[in-house]
Formats: sequence, structure tokens, C-alpha cells
Amino acid sequence: MTQLLEVIDLVKTYKTVAAVKGVSFSVAEGSCFGLLGPNGAGKTTTIEIIENVISPTSGTILYKGKPRDASFSEEVGIQFQETTLLAYMSVRETLKTFKNLYEESADLDSLIELCHLEDFQHQYNDRISGGQKQRFLLALALVNQPELLFLDEPSTGLDPQARQNLWQIVGQIKAEGKTIILTTHYMEEAEYLCDEIAIMDDGRLIAQGTPEELIRQHGGEKSISLPGTALDGKLESLPFQARHQQDRIELLTDDVNGCIQTLIHEQIDLGDLNVNVQNLESVFLNLTGRQLRE
Amino acid sequence: MNFKRLWAIFRARNHEFFRDRAAFGWNFVFPFLIVGGFVIVFGSDSRNQYKVGFFPAQTGTVIVDTADIPQRFRETQYLQFVGFENQVEGLKRLNHHKIDFLVKAGSPGNEYWISETSPRGYIVEQLFKLSLVPPEQLTPTERRKIQGFEIRYVDWLFPGILAMNMMFSALYGVGYTVVRYRKNGVLKRLKATPLSAYEYLSAQMLSRIFLLMFTTVIVWFGCDLVFSFRTIGSYFNIFLIFFLGSLSLTSLGLVLASRGTSEEFTSGILNFISWPMMFLSEVWFSLEGAPEWIKTISNAFPLTHMLTATRKVMNDGASLADVSMEMGALLLMTTVCLVIGASLFSWNR
Repeated sequence: MTQLLEVIDLVKTYKTVAAVKGVSFSVAEGSCFGLLGPNGAGKTTTIEIIENVISPTSGTILYKGKPRDASFSEEVGIQFQETTLLAYMSVRETLKTFKNLYEESADLDSLIELCHLEDFQHQYNDRISGGQKQRFLLALALVNQPELLFLDEPSTGLDPQARQNLWQIVGQIKAEGKTIILTTHYMEEAEYLCDEIAIMDDGRLIAQGTPEELIRQHGGEKSISLPGTALDGKLESLPFQARHQQDRIELLTDDVNGCIQTLIHEQIDLGDLNVNVQNLESVFLNLTGRQLRE
Repeated sequence: MNFKRLWAIFRARNHEFFRDRAAFGWNFVFPFLIVGGFVIVFGSDSRNQYKVGFFPAQTGTVIVDTADIPQRFRETQYLQFVGFENQVEGLKRLNHHKIDFLVKAGSPGNEYWISETSPRGYIVEQLFKLSLVPPEQLTPTERRKIQGFEIRYVDWLFPGILAMNMMFSALYGVGYTVVRYRKNGVLKRLKATPLSAYEYLSAQMLSRIFLLMFTTVIVWFGCDLVFSFRTIGSYFNIFLIFFLGSLSLTSLGLVLASRGTSEEFTSGILNFISWPMMFLSEVWFSLEGAPEWIKTISNAFPLTHMLTATRKVMNDGASLADVSMEMGALLLMTTVCLVIGASLFSWNR
């Protein structure tokens, strides 16, 4: 697959802080690339350097195989983590103003329909709800029909319904073949939307691959957990490695079906059974640790 | 330069101005209030009245016909008399500069008090002494009236009020607004589009100039309806001078807007520039006779040149050729500020 964007050895240093320490990756055309990491990992700095909003200390960024030129800003759409817009303008007027900043642009009505803005398109842009604002900012990022779309934590602060709705819209955009670079804290979001994921911590990429590859390589062990009382006196006879966690016991296994059959055979009460499977969240925690980040 | 982009930002900024009803209304109401206030306060003969206290009298009385004060002093124009019960009351007011002169009625030696540091007291003292000299002993003088139209104070003041309004509007409307946009991230969002800094700044300037000219024309004719100003020169010339003035003031605003994210700091800098400009550009009073160094500072302000040119046209009927020096100065200041503002400008925090 053709690489639309290549980031080579990107470094960004502020006075005393190295925010990005030699990051390299590439994004295939038509794919959704997720940049994950804890707070302060350098995701937003990296993405804003690529967007040409801030300049790097060193490193190379190639778009369509060449350094970015004036056409880059015409061909990319950006949704920042936080955005304030021109005051006293309605949602529709703001979209129209931004549309006029580009040579090529989307049809306003189609865009409003795609992002479900019909009901509040005539309201002032600072008088809409959080979910409406995120959909509106997404529409703003799409106003120039971009080939490459940047979404920086697009669903932060949204309720589950609004988040699902946003994912659905991003899914539609993805289906149109647009390339997306997404940063997020939500593993479920990354798993649902991304074809390729890079995990960043302390300014460096620490893992990269498809969600399946990352889970396989870094997901850790599968386990079945039961209340300690359900296994009273029977634990020693079971052929599984066990781990005590407060009042529950975790049985580590690669064969969940076989484990459950053994437990049934031993007539153990499975009424409060939990199956802990590997997922992107466990990958994230395994790679970046479980300590609280500020 | 892409005019579609420039027009889009120009329109957006105008929307913001016209829809912010409170700020919009204030732009019109403020000059009306100032001019109206001055007409009320200084429209009558009270503008330069001197206050003379006398005692003994019923406190607060202003009728001095019966007071035992030299008649010619009592009849002098522009003196306002205030009576006090006793000397202590009168001296208290004199000490606090609430009156300029205190005289004891019926005093055989014409006893009086003044504050040694008060220029107004000195003037009244001279008038008092003069009133005691018999008319036949005065050196003869010949009184002549000035020819042509008399320029009322309000005719002189009005362009100053308008220009001051323009100055605040230009400096805050560009300087403060752009800094606010930088701080809250609007500029960052715009930077992510193909809009260039040159296009953005031009749109900001043009929008502010358009709004300044719009409000100035309305305020001018509105005030003229109420206060009937006498304009001898061409309205077109005044419009052109105001346009150049707006251009130079918004360019100055652009320099202030070029960097920084602190609204408080910008506000301080704006005050630092606008207050001396307001006092040293002859908005309120003439600098005739002021020290040379003050006049030199005054000449560095665009407001001075705009006002000088406007008053020449309005009050003396000057042509564009007559005010070419002032217009040249405004153009030069615009160019210098534009070059500095554009080269220093930053989108980011």
C-alpha cells in the first residue's frame, strides 16, 4: 500500500523539556492510524508538528513522498483537541467562512447532513452542547474534502451515545477512503476505528502494529477469575497457575474453553465467573505501566 | 494575496462587531455623550469663571449686589461670587482650591486672601487690584473685534473627541482582539488553513477601518444634527484624513497585536500608548506654548497629525495641499508600523 505520510526521526525540544525524542512512522493511504499514549506522552506535539502548526527541532516529514509545500494545508483537515472559533457566528456561517479559505471545498448541505448538524446549524457556534461541538469541529475539518484527516482526541468528554455517533461518522469517512490520523485515550475507540496503532510514551514510540498484532505480542495472559470461596480446598488439585487478587482467584490459561470444562468437571460454582481476555487496554497498560500519569 | 480568503475573514470580523450589540452601541453612544457633556458643561459662560468668596454673608449666596465689595470688581465678567458666614469658612474653601480668591466685605483696607500657588488666584488678584484704580488713571487702549467666524470651543473639541474614539477603537479593536484570539486558540485554528498571515492581518485592518469610517460618519452627522458644527472645508477632505488616520492607528494596533498572549499586559501597553497620545495630541487642549520636547513627542503620534489636519480643514477650510505634510506623516507612520507588525507577527502562543 502507498505511504501517504512518512515521519522520520522527529524531535521537538522546548527549553528544558524534550517532548518528542526521535519518532518515526509512516501512514498508508486510506488507512486509519492511531497514536495512543498516556497524558504528556508527546502525541499532540507530534501531530501538531505534522499538521505544520508548530515547527520541529529536527526530523523530516514527507507527504506523498515530498516535503510539505503550500498545497499541504489545502489537502489536510484538522480537528484540534481544543478549539475556539470566531465569535458571534452561527455554525453554518462558520463552516461557510472556513469553506471560503480553501480552493476546493465540500458541499455545505451534504457536510451538515453527514455530521448531523441540521438542528443547530443556525445557532451561534459557542452555544451548542459538547457532542454537537465535536460533530461541528469534525465538519469543519472536512470542509475542504481533505485527503488526510487529523483527529486529536475527538471524543474526549462525550457521553457514550455521542461517542458512538461520532465513531459512526468517522467510520463513514473512513469508508470513503480518506486517510485518518487519530489520537485517543479510549482503547475501544482505537480498536474500533484504527487499522494501525502506534503507542507512544515519554516522547518515544514503544510499539506499533495492527490491533491484533499488538494484542498478540503485548496483551499478556488470558485468565479466568472466581471468588476465593468457590475454590475452597480445590485449588491445589487444579492444573492451572493461580494468582490471588483480594477475595478472588485468577487462573491463568491459554485455553479458556478447556479451563471452564475442567472447572465444571470439578463441580466448581461458576455463578460469579469472569473471563479476562487480552485487549488493547491490557496492551496499553502492559506497555505504559499502571502508575497514574499527570 | 487571495481575495476570497481575505473577504471571508473581513466579513467574519464585521459580523462579530455588528452582532456584539453592547460594544457596537457603545461605539456610537460614547462620542455623543462626551460631546453632549462638554456642550452642557462648557457651553455656557461658566467654562472659565473664577470663583470669588466673600464674608460675612449668608452661606452660599451668589447675589453680591448688596455686599460691600468694590463695585467695579463686583461687575467684572466671568467672576462667580460665593458668600461665607465668616473668615474661617472662607479660608477652608480657599485652602482646598474650591474658590480662587477670598475678600472681606466692608474692609476699609480691601483685605483679601489668595493661595500663593494658584495661577487662578493670581489672575483674580490682578483683577481686584485693577478694579480699585480710578478709570481716569488707566492707560487708554483700543478694543477691536476679530473678523470672520468665531470658532466655538465645541467646534474645536469635536474632531478631537471623534479622533480619540477612533484611536481607542483602532488600538483595542485590532491590538487587543488579535491577542485574545492568539490566547484562546482562534489563530491556531486559522493557521491550520491556507490563510496567510498577510491575508489575515489585512482583513483585520480593513475590517476595522471600514467599521471606524462607518461609525465616524454616523457619529459626525448625528452630532452635527444636535450641535450644529460649523465646517468650513470639504467633507471629502475630512473623510480622506480620517481614512489615513484610521490606517495609521490600526497599523499601530497591529504592532501591538503581533506578539503575546496576555490580555492584561496588552491592555497595559495600550494604556501606556493611548493615554499620552490622548493628552499630547491636542484632543482636549492646545499645546501652543508648551515646551519643545513635548511638541516633539506629540509629533510622533499619528493622532496629532490626524487632528491637526482635520481642524485645519474643518475650522480654516484648508485644502489637501495645505495638509499634505500631515497626510505624508500619517502615510509614513502607517508604512513603518505595517512593516514592523507584519515581520513580528506570530500565530502561536
